[in-house]
Amino acid sequence: MTHPENATEFLKDSQKSKWHDETLWFVRDKRDKVSKGIPEWEQLRELASGIKDYVLANLADYLEEFERNAIKNGIIVHWAADSEEHNRLVLEILQQQNCKAVVKSKSILTEECHLNPYLEKHGVEVVDTDLGERIVQFLNQPPSHIVLPAIHLKKREISELFHEKLHTEKGNEDPAYLTQAARIHLREKFFGAKVAITGVNFGIAETGEFVVCTNEGNADMGVHLAQVHIACMGIEKILPRRKDLGVFLRLLARSATGQPITNYNSHFRNPSPGKEIHIILVDNGRTAQLAREKFRNSLKCIRCGACMNTCPIYRRSGGFSYNSTVPGPIGSILSPGLDLKKHSSLPFASTLCGSCTDVCPVKINIHEQLYEWRQEVTKTHGEFAKGLSMKLANGIFKSPLAYKISGSMMRNALKSLPNSLIYHPLNIWGKNRNLPDPPKESFQQWYQKNRS
Amino acid sequence: MSSRKKILGAIRELILEPKVLPDIPNFSSPGNLAERFTQSISSNKGEVMTKSDFKKWFSTSGFSKVISLSRHFPELRTLPLPEDPHDLETLEVAILDGQFGIAENGAIWLEDTQLGLRALPFATEHLVIVLDRNKLEDTLHQGYDKIAVAHSGFGLFLAGPSKTADIEQSLVIGAQGAKSLRVVLM
Repeated sequence: MTHPENATEFLKDSQKSKWHDETLWFVRDKRDKVSKGIPEWEQLRELASGIKDYVLANLADYLEEFERNAIKNGIIVHWAADSEEHNRLVLEILQQQNCKAVVKSKSILTEECHLNPYLEKHGVEVVDTDLGERIVQFLNQPPSHIVLPAIHLKKREISELFHEKLHTEKGNEDPAYLTQAARIHLREKFFGAKVAITGVNFGIAETGEFVVCTNEGNADMGVHLAQVHIACMGIEKILPRRKDLGVFLRLLARSATGQPITNYNSHFRNPSPGKEIHIILVDNGRTAQLAREKFRNSLKCIRCGACMNTCPIYRRSGGFSYNSTVPGPIGSILSPGLDLKKHSSLPFASTLCGSCTDVCPVKINIHEQLYEWRQEVTKTHGEFAKGLSMKLANGIFKSPLAYKISGSMMRNALKSLPNSLIYHPLNIWGKNRNLPDPPKESFQQWYQKNRS
Repeated sequence: MSSRKKILGAIRELILEPKVLPDIPNFSSPGNLAERFTQSISSNKGEVMTKSDFKKWFSTSGFSKVISLSRHFPELRTLPLPEDPHDLETLEVAILDGQFGIAENGAIWLEDTQLGLRALPFATEHLVIVLDRNKLEDTLHQGYDKIAVAHSGFGLFLAGPSKTADIEQSLVIGAQGAKSLRVVLM
């Protein structure tokens, strides 16, 4: 399904889609307010962008430095070229531990690799422990937003779900009550798990440590109770110096949800005595993206979700309409690199207004890359209908006479033609768009009357 | 070929434009550190208290399962630090000493030496951190300058209680971790 088809589905519940739009805008607004409290905000964005640019220009060296220091710290480092290898490595560690149930905190990388279905196929129960992720997992859905996984759901739906899964009172929709029920359920899982999986927000080359940020504390609840911690990390998550975290942690939560910092920012340097930490460094298309000069700097993304909250298309079409692990503007420039055919409609899911670029804490030129991807998409499979009308328009604009005649023809035709013809299925520009009322006169006629 | 070799090889093959690693200036903001810290903790849904307010709260709360690793309140301890973190499941209060706090966001730095067990500040129902009011830093930049690259097996910037807004964006305090954070400024 294409983005417009999926978006149509989302928009059927107009009340809910309006709520979705307004709620995400509210989060965007919080981001604006909190960022304006930092006089050096723009300087921080510039720094973050510069640090990430530098890392990407020296990525191999930094990966080696990170690995060397991590090993020195007693961390076991693995490398995975693709999602299959990543999933296999995780399963092997679980099998070594004879582990049949694992707790996992939010990790977009493991979503990207489709780790859950893989582990379940091999008889391992996976419990997502972020509340929003647990909710969507109960529903067999992927997250619809990378920071707010259950933003597409209303509390009534969650109440019904929890009544079924966690035996909460029927009809009790109080978020505090529902969260408490999830707390009891998840703490039982934490205290029972031998292995915990987390993502990684930042890996520090000079110290070989990595940082995981949450508000719920679920990553820490998992790993500190488990015997083995598996951290799954994209190779682009490296920062050179520990002090770079000062820049990135100041930007991350403010950009994501408008809070000054996440409540838990955990720095893992070595395992507790008698325990194990594994890091899996994953490529899965990242070196290919690094090779694409125009799209390289999409790898600077720190997964804050600010571009989603601000995007007029994302807010009005919902995360699922993108049919991609990372939705929204950043997903629309990352996913075509993974599978151009599958994600060919995503670069068009944008007004190119540039708001995503304006809020991006690492200054990725998202809207420009969307435009560039459009060129790539049309190069590989152009759209016939739009192509034809463009050719027609080209002919009309070349000849002043043709332009004059066609203008008056169109003004008359639009008045008298039936809608069935104007919004004909062949006219894909007529879908979900209304033409304005045609003006009575052309600009030329108006000018002659009023200004000459 | 190993995946390590393959990944590093693919990167090294690319001709990438050289870049400069930027220096980070020493940003700071004006204002009273303790006031800003207190405000930050409260917006993170924690609470800053004086020693006497804390004692009053503690004496009326009736907790019986308390682990205190704070050198300021050793007498409040009712339980020893267990060896196995799983024994923390029903712990009511943990009292720890923080190393330093950050005024701009309320984050408090803790390491293995303060934590005893890494699970302690998460698994406990209520968390109390005792902090010297002379040990407040302006922004995270000064915080990272302070810890520099000194070894910390596990280090944590903790800024509030466990919280979530995953159900219709309604803020709920006490998700999976500690249900409250009290910071005693000494």
